[in-house]
Amino acid sequence: MAEAQNSPTLNSVRAGGPPPAGSTTAGQIAVAAESTVATRMSAPPSFDVADFPVPHGREEEWRFTPLERLRGLHDGTAVATGDGVKVDVQAPEGVTVETVGRDDARIGRAGTPVDRVAAQAYSAFEKAGVVTVPKETVLTEPIRIAVHGEGGVAYGHQVVELGAFAEAVVVIDHTGDAVLAANVDYVLGDGAKLTVVSVQDWDDKAVHVGQHNALIGRDATFKSFVVTFGGDLVRLHPRVAYAGTGGEAELFGLYFTDAGQHQEHRLLVDHNTPHCKSNVAYKGALQGEAAHAVWIGDVLIEAKAEGTDTYEMNRNLVLTDGARVDSVPNLEIETGEIVGAGHASATGRFDDEQLFYLMARGIPEHEARRLVVRGFFAELVQQIGVADIQERLLAKIDQELEAAVA
Amino acid sequence: MATLEIRDLHVTVEADNATKEILKGVDLTVKQGETHAIMGPNGSGKSTLAYSLAGHPKYTITSGTVTLDGEDVLEMSVDERARAGLFLAMQYPVEVPGVSVSNFLRTSATAIRGEAPKLRTWVKEVKETMERLHMDPSFAERNVNEGFSGGEKKRHEILQLELLKPKVAILDETDSGLDVDALRIVSEGVNRVRETGETGTLLITHYTRILRYIKPDHVHVFAGGRIVESGGPELADKLENEGYEAYVKGGASA
Repeated sequence: MAEAQNSPTLNSVRAGGPPPAGSTTAGQIAVAAESTVATRMSAPPSFDVADFPVPHGREEEWRFTPLERLRGLHDGTAVATGDGVKVDVQAPEGVTVETVGRDDARIGRAGTPVDRVAAQAYSAFEKAGVVTVPKETVLTEPIRIAVHGEGGVAYGHQVVELGAFAEAVVVIDHTGDAVLAANVDYVLGDGAKLTVVSVQDWDDKAVHVGQHNALIGRDATFKSFVVTFGGDLVRLHPRVAYAGTGGEAELFGLYFTDAGQHQEHRLLVDHNTPHCKSNVAYKGALQGEAAHAVWIGDVLIEAKAEGTDTYEMNRNLVLTDGARVDSVPNLEIETGEIVGAGHASATGRFDDEQLFYLMARGIPEHEARRLVVRGFFAELVQQIGVADIQERLLAKIDQELEAAVA
Repeated sequence: MATLEIRDLHVTVEADNATKEILKGVDLTVKQGETHAIMGPNGSGKSTLAYSLAGHPKYTITSGTVTLDGEDVLEMSVDERARAGLFLAMQYPVEVPGVSVSNFLRTSATAIRGEAPKLRTWVKEVKETMERLHMDPSFAERNVNEGFSGGEKKRHEILQLELLKPKVAILDETDSGLDVDALRIVSEGVNRVRETGETGTLLITHYTRILRYIKPDHVHVFAGGRIVESGGPELADKLENEGYEAYVKGGASA
């Protein structure tokens, strides 16, 4: 810590109230010459699935994931069925929408698969989608990519590329039922502004694993909302790296984990370039027996990344007994010449005193719970800026709460 | 006329794996338009009485009855009690992050009144009530009790009292922690509600100071989990001069 000459605030791993039984909130800040973010992976990043051993479950990156529920995505037994997912892209004028072969040079530029399923997706997809917003094009309507599961097994790859000073909002909406491993590349040119909303509104049985790589150009701004409601198992890996100085990343996430669901978000912000910013805020609510949410927040400030400013936060609200949260913020700092770095993680139960206070003002219990949970998510929902998605989200929250009362 | 009747109320609480009786037979009748002050030393069970009437789950009623206009209050859930016309201004109001004061007040008023108040008149009503309590309009956009000072929390409680117009208002040590200015502002709010004649007020306090601003019709001394003496306003003067000492001794031997 002696190297942290600018005295950044490196603290505040805290628990809000007693954490629910079995839940863990760990956190660490390492000032290390060697990155544990890199060394704790079981194999170096690779596009080839053969470079990764089949996980057995005890590896650091797999220890929270129930492998038996991956339906073979991790061991090569899940074969694409042809009726996996249907992808429909709606884009405003000026946007290029293409379907390309795997030899297209634009694929894979934002990042390399870091685990076996991501590599499997890369090795197995047949056609990739490429959406391009030309330089200096400012869109007023979102680009909408609908991924609808048709019940089968699928592998996919999507590229979203913004030219210099282009501005766009992209909504990737996952619905239906599928076993899907798919990666996404976001490539932002200099000064570009991209907002991405990835909604995982799957049916109950769906399995979805993917790595989302963002490569942020000089002075570009990347804002991401990862919204996970559905599925039997969802495991996403949003990752950010910077291609030039002055880049900014805001990574927001919301999840509502129900009985039996496993929802895992594993983030990495790699401050590999000086004078970049990142802000991570993920919030989750859980309810029901064996609801399991996992949040891993890795932030790496490399030795060359002077002037970095970063903060990451994860908060969980546990509404009933039987739910479990594993929250692991991890901040690794290789230079002290930074503006600020911090993290926080808190997992708390629904507060009975809040409930009493609201009910003592005549508000019925289900309405009181709704107020508190909506309030918990509100600050993130309001920032999405896509009206129909915001409304659907709030309706979804209400629906989840109603289901719990029933 | 609305009447709250408490008869032989016994209440226990679980603490350190033991059941402890806190209220040991409380009898009290509060009628609409009346103001009763309940005064007593710390630990006498005053707040337990307040929270038991509101239905806090921590407290177990072991015997006795509480009725409001003949309706069995003890059978009602917390929110039903509030909708029946009971209001508890809390000593320690709870923070509710993410829920704005304006959203909270409107949701509450909708529940209590049985229909959503008309937006135009409601906004005006809230604004005027806040002005009278010397609350800045920006207050409405803050989250309920989050980061409020002690005085702001109490004013927010009285704001709710004025807007919800209960049949019976229980004020649990609303005066504690307030400076003289804040005490005066809060008391004026309580008096506006009293002057309507529509509300019965049960003022729970440790100090006589608030009684200079809110004149009670009846004063009760609370000690050892029950009312040990009742009288008119003059009883407060006696407490002011002599303190609770006589009652504490009596309570201990009872």
